[in-house]
Amino acid sequence: MDFIQSNILTLLVIAPVLGMVLVLLAPAEQTRLIKWGSIVFSLIPIALAIIIWAGYNQAQAGFQFEQRSPWFPQINSSYHVGVDGISIPLIVLGAFLTPLSMLMSLNIQKGVKAYFALFFLLEAAVVGCFISLDLILFFVFFEASLVPMFFLINQWGGLNKKYASFKFILYTMAASLGMLLAIQVVGVASKSFDLLYLFSAQGRPFTGTNQVNLLVQDPSVWRGIAFFAFSLAFALKLPIWPFHTWLPDAHTEAPTGGSMMLAGILLKLGGYGFIRLVIPLFPDAAAQFAPVLAVLAFISIVLGAFAAWGQTDFKKLVAYSSINHMGFVAIGVASAALAYTKAVQPIDANLAASGAVFQMVTHGLSSAAMFALVGVVYERAHTRDLTKYGGLWAIMPKYGAILIFCSMGSLGLPGLAGFVSEFMVTRGSWSAFTLLTVLSMAGLLVTGIYILKALQKVLHGPLGEEWHHHPLTDISIPEIVAVAPLMIAMLVLGIFPSLVLNLINVGVVRLFQ
Amino acid sequence: MSRELLGTLTWLAPLPPLLSFAVIALFTNRYRMVSAAIAVGSMLTSCLLSFIVFFNAVGIGNLGEDPIRGVPYSFIPTAGSTFNIGVAVDPLGATFMFMVPLACTLIFIYSTSYMAKDPLFTRFFAFLSLFGGSMMGLVVSDNLLSLFVFWELMGFCSYSLIGFFYRKPSAYKAAVKAFMTTRVGDMLLLLGIVYLYSMTGTLNFFDILHNQEVLTHLAEAPAVLGLGISAAGLIAILIFGGTVGKSAQFPLHVWLPDAMEGPTPVSAMIHAATMVSAGIFLLLRFFPLLQVGGRDTPAFMIVGLIGAITAFLGATIAVAQYDIKRVLAFSTISQLGFMVAAIGIGAYGAAVFHLLSHAFFKALLFLGSGSVIHGVEHGHEHVAHSEHEAHGNEHGHGDADVHGHDAPATPAFDPQDMRNMGGLRKRMPITFYTFLAGGLALAGFPFITAGFWSKDEILADAFHGLSTGSTISTIVFIVLAFSALLTAFYTARQISMTFLGEARTEAAAHATESAPAMTYPLIVLAFFAIFFGFTNVPKDFPILGALFGPAAGWLKGFVGTQLVEVEKFKEEAFGFNVIPLLTSLVVALGGLGLGWMVYGQKPLKAGQTDPVEKMGGLFTFLHNRWYFDELYRAIFIKPLQAIADNYSRIVDKGVIDWLLEGGYKVGVGIARALKEFDRVVITGGSDLIGNTVRSIGREGRELQSGQVQGYLLQALIAAVVLMLFFLVVAQ
Repeated sequence: MDFIQSNILTLLVIAPVLGMVLVLLAPAEQTRLIKWGSIVFSLIPIALAIIIWAGYNQAQAGFQFEQRSPWFPQINSSYHVGVDGISIPLIVLGAFLTPLSMLMSLNIQKGVKAYFALFFLLEAAVVGCFISLDLILFFVFFEASLVPMFFLINQWGGLNKKYASFKFILYTMAASLGMLLAIQVVGVASKSFDLLYLFSAQGRPFTGTNQVNLLVQDPSVWRGIAFFAFSLAFALKLPIWPFHTWLPDAHTEAPTGGSMMLAGILLKLGGYGFIRLVIPLFPDAAAQFAPVLAVLAFISIVLGAFAAWGQTDFKKLVAYSSINHMGFVAIGVASAALAYTKAVQPIDANLAASGAVFQMVTHGLSSAAMFALVGVVYERAHTRDLTKYGGLWAIMPKYGAILIFCSMGSLGLPGLAGFVSEFMVTRGSWSAFTLLTVLSMAGLLVTGIYILKALQKVLHGPLGEEWHHHPLTDISIPEIVAVAPLMIAMLVLGIFPSLVLNLINVGVVRLFQ
Repeated sequence: MSRELLGTLTWLAPLPPLLSFAVIALFTNRYRMVSAAIAVGSMLTSCLLSFIVFFNAVGIGNLGEDPIRGVPYSFIPTAGSTFNIGVAVDPLGATFMFMVPLACTLIFIYSTSYMAKDPLFTRFFAFLSLFGGSMMGLVVSDNLLSLFVFWELMGFCSYSLIGFFYRKPSAYKAAVKAFMTTRVGDMLLLLGIVYLYSMTGTLNFFDILHNQEVLTHLAEAPAVLGLGISAAGLIAILIFGGTVGKSAQFPLHVWLPDAMEGPTPVSAMIHAATMVSAGIFLLLRFFPLLQVGGRDTPAFMIVGLIGAITAFLGATIAVAQYDIKRVLAFSTISQLGFMVAAIGIGAYGAAVFHLLSHAFFKALLFLGSGSVIHGVEHGHEHVAHSEHEAHGNEHGHGDADVHGHDAPATPAFDPQDMRNMGGLRKRMPITFYTFLAGGLALAGFPFITAGFWSKDEILADAFHGLSTGSTISTIVFIVLAFSALLTAFYTARQISMTFLGEARTEAAAHATESAPAMTYPLIVLAFFAIFFGFTNVPKDFPILGALFGPAAGWLKGFVGTQLVEVEKFKEEAFGFNVIPLLTSLVVALGGLGLGWMVYGQKPLKAGQTDPVEKMGGLFTFLHNRWYFDELYRAIFIKPLQAIADNYSRIVDKGVIDWLLEGGYKVGVGIARALKEFDRVVITGGSDLIGNTVRSIGREGRELQSGQVQGYLLQALIAAVVLMLFFLVVAQ
């Protein structure tokens, strides 16, 4: 027990890797064993994540469960992990989404072994990002998360999978190359990659003596380059308009389980990167460029909603809804970034940042659920064309009820978790970006339109012609089991958001100290 | 009973219907009787709990300053403090704790019979429970955030119930319309909430609205964005935006008439007990925010004007409708306009009074119209049966108790069209007499109906404002008086066309009275439609005022205690004035008399044209509801839809991806050139590239023009360009 306690974060990464190894060792023809074995095995990271959540001492704040051992002593990079109130909710989310996504992958026929192995790899990489307290380590996990996702889309995707997967990986890699350079620059400036040191007064890059004078006279140039390189990588991941066009393709072509992970947890790396790295490492630059980020966030909210409204492909509609929702994360980040200039009250910055983190959690829940439900109907009808459905509620009553519930969660219906986070972000952004906040409401309005449009096209109206002869079965038990935890979480966190917000609040308060 | 216990009961009051929703949805959805019993039982429990709180609250002298409060719980931690959610009952809330659960319970009981044969009976009761529970939650909320939660839940319930017949396009379109139109208002409200929270650091009603200091601060601070009014004014206007949506005020009134696509009990819920009342309730709650700036402020003017316009608009349209429920729908819009206008002139007590009396008589009228429709459908069924014995009933209306799940294939008999009725007085006597009571209350029939007293109260306050030279009060007085005249007229028209004369169709001739589960609620509501007015007979009203003694003006006194004293807003006690009373009498009796002359004396015969159609173009204009729907479609929906339909194709694919792919192609081009250079100049080098290509895998080759080195090169170039860019720009 002591061993688990003291190495729990490492175990959290090793467990999925072990799962991957077990899957690879399993006989390929035993697909049932691989599938269910993987699902059962992925309960272990959940247990570990819950132990971390429960064991985190909120009174003490700061990073806990820390572990550090030398890794690249030559460049002052170490294996340093730890968690705080901002990362724990995302770790728990990621741990939960893995088995749920696997449950939605039971119908995978081809390459079962590789598919489930990649899933474990994905989980390990994502969790690794959230626990890293060293820039190099973070970058390794950040890049590692791309690989399984690339193959999941490329091998198990839809008709346009090649285009989507290459667009996804090249676009993201191009952006993270810049970040790699920026990490080097930070390393040169502060002579360390350790985040705790970099966050501290003497270690903060581009302040005091931590300067880079390479090639230029004015050292602030390097600060700008580093800031933009980091920002670009995370803006693309989040994604923020106009860096978002990889997302509709990648989400739409990915297999259901892959879309759930992609929307549910991978996008969160973008928001997490802003809050964990960009704001603390470059507070001045972040504050200076916060208005730009806020404008782009506003555009994402509004145009993401309009784009979703215009789709006739169910999955693309849900994909664009992510851009709409993640825009709130971005505007929350922008408002929080202003806190360092003292242009906003601390409570506003706190609400904006907590709201942004919570929005990542709630969007993780609702978008994963929505992608799962798109998968359910696609699995049966073999089409994602909204105009071909119609009146399915009559023959799929349970599915209808669940779809309405999750859609309302996505719409941000008060009483469900999405509302709380949107409210907090809106409240936090009010004093910093009053006009943009007001205008963003137009985006929320259109959110309502596209959600209702989807519901109407799928469930309402007379039953579509085709389904008279080709009856669709209602949602199955495993599928319900895959969605139900997300629904319960949406409801419980809608009524008692403090269950998670207390934790987030602890992390955010410390961020602004 | 102790305060703590009352607070606990207040917490418990909204829970039974909310739990009922969960239980029916999850467990009992296959068992019709069990579900109905759970729903009715839960609402009844909620009603009992509420009544206990209400009757105790009435006895508490200082309830206004010191409301009943339940223990709050921490909702959102905000840095060092927390945002708490709790429950409270002040005089305004207490009156609602009487009206809401009572009306809901009656509607629930009525529905057990009205929906008896519906295949989705249990789903109906699940949503109905959620609807009732949400309204209860809204009423007891002690802060604006949880109020908003229940507010939106009600929006969801109305969406679900208006679109209950989800296979019918008209139903789901109406549902979407209701949800989206109210959402426009909700977004304004949300901004108001956020703004208020920013300004005060709390959303608790009592910390803001009972706190002179906070109110003064809000009244003195200028609004954001340089709008030139006070923060209090802007917040009040934003919150009023929510009311405009929810309570169907001009220009967001368009959803309410279509909302009758839902089953009739739903209309009664929406028009009386829940939705629209919630909007007015919110505005009443935030009355102190309006009040603190004094009379005739921009915020007050906007509220008063919107109310007056709505009252007039609704009344004119109601005159030219044939659908029995549509007439009532527009009358609701008009009456809500009365309440809003009353608030706009500062007549707080009169607005509360009219809201409550309207809730009773409008619930009665809607349930009565449901009974009529039910009866006429039965009649139609009866006739259809005897005519096509062999033909069977394959169309939606086959079973008279199943109300309209599918759109009829052919324009079938419309059991809601008043032209298809007539003479129902004899066939459905209980429905007739109760409907008559409700109709007279709506028309403001003097002295014996609740509607008279509440409407008279508004006119009296408006006249008082007029006599002190207030512009808005003058407008309100004149417009409301005229609207009241129209109200009495269309009510007489409706009652005459529906119940008087001879049956104009076979269906009406064979209509039958509804079951007791439907008629008993009508009787109870009729009681309140008449006697509720006596809770607030003005003290100085000739004869009657003295007759009621200390009980006179009770309601106004009770709810008035929760308002703070504001220097600039003096509730002057003004004496009795005969002019508004005469106005009330003239418009009510005049309108009813006119209606009687046109429709009552010589009832319409089958096939006869309705006299209002003689108005020609004006009739068409009114019948088509001033063409608002067409206007909105042309100026809002169509252009926005066009943006939505084209955005991703033009911008995302056409511009952004074009640039990306262009960049990619340039990269590939450079790569090709380098490769060529390699092949020609450095012969051995090509092997290296070849190996790289192979090692990255076959996939790369399949891609489009397909060289992976191109991509990587492009990425590298992008990074270098980016760096150079910043080097150059920054220097």
